[in-house]
Amino acid sequence: MSFLVLQSLTKRFGDVTVVDGLSLAVEKGEFVSLLGPSGCGKTTTLQMIAGFVEPSAGTINLGGRDLTKIKPAARGLGIVFQSYALFPHMTAAENIAFGLEMRGVARPEQTKRVADALALVGLAGFSDRYPRRMSGGQQQRVALARALVIKPDVLLLDEPLSNLDAKLREEMQVELRQIQRTVGTTTVLVTHDQGEAMALSDRIVVMNRGRAEHVARPTEIYRAPATAFVANFLGKINVLPADISNGVARIGTSQWSAAGMADGLANASVRPERIAFSDSEGLAGTVKTRIFQGHHWLLHVATEVGLVLVITPNDGRAVPEEDSTVRLTWRAEDMTLTRAESAA
Amino acid sequence: MSSVDVASGGRTPWLLAGPALLLFVGIVLVPIVMTVLLSFHDWGQYKGIETIITLKNWHEIATDSYFFEIFLRTFRIALLTTVISVLIGAPEAYILSRMAPPWRGVFLVIVLGPLLISVVARTLGWALLFGSTGLINVALVRLGIVATPVQFMFTETGVVIGLVHVLVPFVVISVWASLQRLDPQIENAAVSLGGSGFTVLRRIVLPQVMPGILSGAIVVFALAASAFATPAIIGGRRLKVASTLAYDEFLNTLNWPLGAAVAVLLLIGLAAIIVGSNRFVERRYAEVFR
Repeated sequence: MSFLVLQSLTKRFGDVTVVDGLSLAVEKGEFVSLLGPSGCGKTTTLQMIAGFVEPSAGTINLGGRDLTKIKPAARGLGIVFQSYALFPHMTAAENIAFGLEMRGVARPEQTKRVADALALVGLAGFSDRYPRRMSGGQQQRVALARALVIKPDVLLLDEPLSNLDAKLREEMQVELRQIQRTVGTTTVLVTHDQGEAMALSDRIVVMNRGRAEHVARPTEIYRAPATAFVANFLGKINVLPADISNGVARIGTSQWSAAGMADGLANASVRPERIAFSDSEGLAGTVKTRIFQGHHWLLHVATEVGLVLVITPNDGRAVPEEDSTVRLTWRAEDMTLTRAESAA
Repeated sequence: MSSVDVASGGRTPWLLAGPALLLFVGIVLVPIVMTVLLSFHDWGQYKGIETIITLKNWHEIATDSYFFEIFLRTFRIALLTTVISVLIGAPEAYILSRMAPPWRGVFLVIVLGPLLISVVARTLGWALLFGSTGLINVALVRLGIVATPVQFMFTETGVVIGLVHVLVPFVVISVWASLQRLDPQIENAAVSLGGSGFTVLRRIVLPQVMPGILSGAIVVFALAASAFATPAIIGGRRLKVASTLAYDEFLNTLNWPLGAAVAVLLLIGLAAIIVGSNRFVERRYAEVFR
């Protein structure tokens, strides 16, 4: 049996079902992200694991214990909150020591473990600082150290990086991943940032309307999203109308192989970075806008089946000018064909 | 929309601040200066006020134990009122903040409601309850808690009870304001680290609302020490405090200079205590305040 198991977890607030029969098994030492738009139930799920919200139905099992019967204070989980929730009247060291004090750890050992925790998050020498005198990134580290110092069974991270600026966020992602690898704590991250989820997790749970739409490794989810919602939520994707007949998918006037697909209308999903320019073949179109983004170019190409987004690396090769005519091509295996829903 | 060029200085800031400044100088500063001057004038039963400079009034206050006793009583009543108001008001605010929305509003209005009634009316109400045949004493005697009616009227106990009733809302408002600023996740964080309900309250919540408690206490102390209606009605003429003493000197004895000296001393004492405790609070809780 897995280490942390959520079984048909459900939370209703009045008539609104926020989390709807969510089941998930997390292995020991694994880093799992709950990813979804706001209101998808990811934070409520985290709060149910933490014990701040009581489930309407379902069970949470941690290492063989039924967590729902244990008080939040006795669950032994480390939580990093979105606002960091540091104790403003205590220094960094006092903040970190609080959990140890509550556990009755002897003073000399407290001092040692606090120092270790501060060193782990790269804040050695900051022990006497008050939170208000620290930057957002430093407060974030103190919060992480405070959660980790009690050697929690599970580390819960509630949008921990969303209050940091973009550059710092990237640095913290790398660091968070390294720290988690070092201490090996089972971690559940809640985030609405797909980049963060992909960068950090062993597995991602994409949530929508209280349900898990797709649970898989980041590369897997990105390559073959289970549903249109997942495809759109993770990265950018082009969805083009295709007409399949005799194992051939026709998109506009171009053709791709679609062996094994039944005849009829379908949606073809292609990642913009998988689309290449060609001289002779492929979908014809005109470049409407061309945006430079440093390490890549972003192009909007108007074709007969609508606007297609193309991402092409800034690798020294010429990029088509605006208003120039281009032909777009991609490999059949880079395209996912799903049956078109009639009403959609 | 045209913008006012503040950075260049000039007359605009003065013009904007002018009305408020004039009002402040006219109705606060000038009367205080005049009162201070008045306290150095002489007064006699038959000659009235003499506009000379003398330390006679100040000497009298400093040497006569009658005045010392009254100022000591004022201080004692104010301190006791402050302590009791905090002990009642702070938990009250915390309980209010934990209530569910519809009830929270209702109870907040009930707590703050007394502020809408005139102090005189409320204090006269207490006078009715306090009498030897008043509701409180009748209840106490009937319940067998006391054998004979307790003397509330014209005692410090009565004055303190009356003042606490009037002033508790100020503590509630002040503590309420600092509770509103608390991040609810901080309490959750403390719980998740293993803190029990009481520990979280004592170690995490209390230190964060301490500035609110102390600033509420300062307001209550200042109002209690300078209160007039409650000590005048419940304390009466026998149990004088600084404000009723000044009133009597002005309106009964007609010794305006002595009354002015009493009032100025009360003002100086209060200002010193308030500024002092404010400094203390700001320094002690700098990290929570910023």
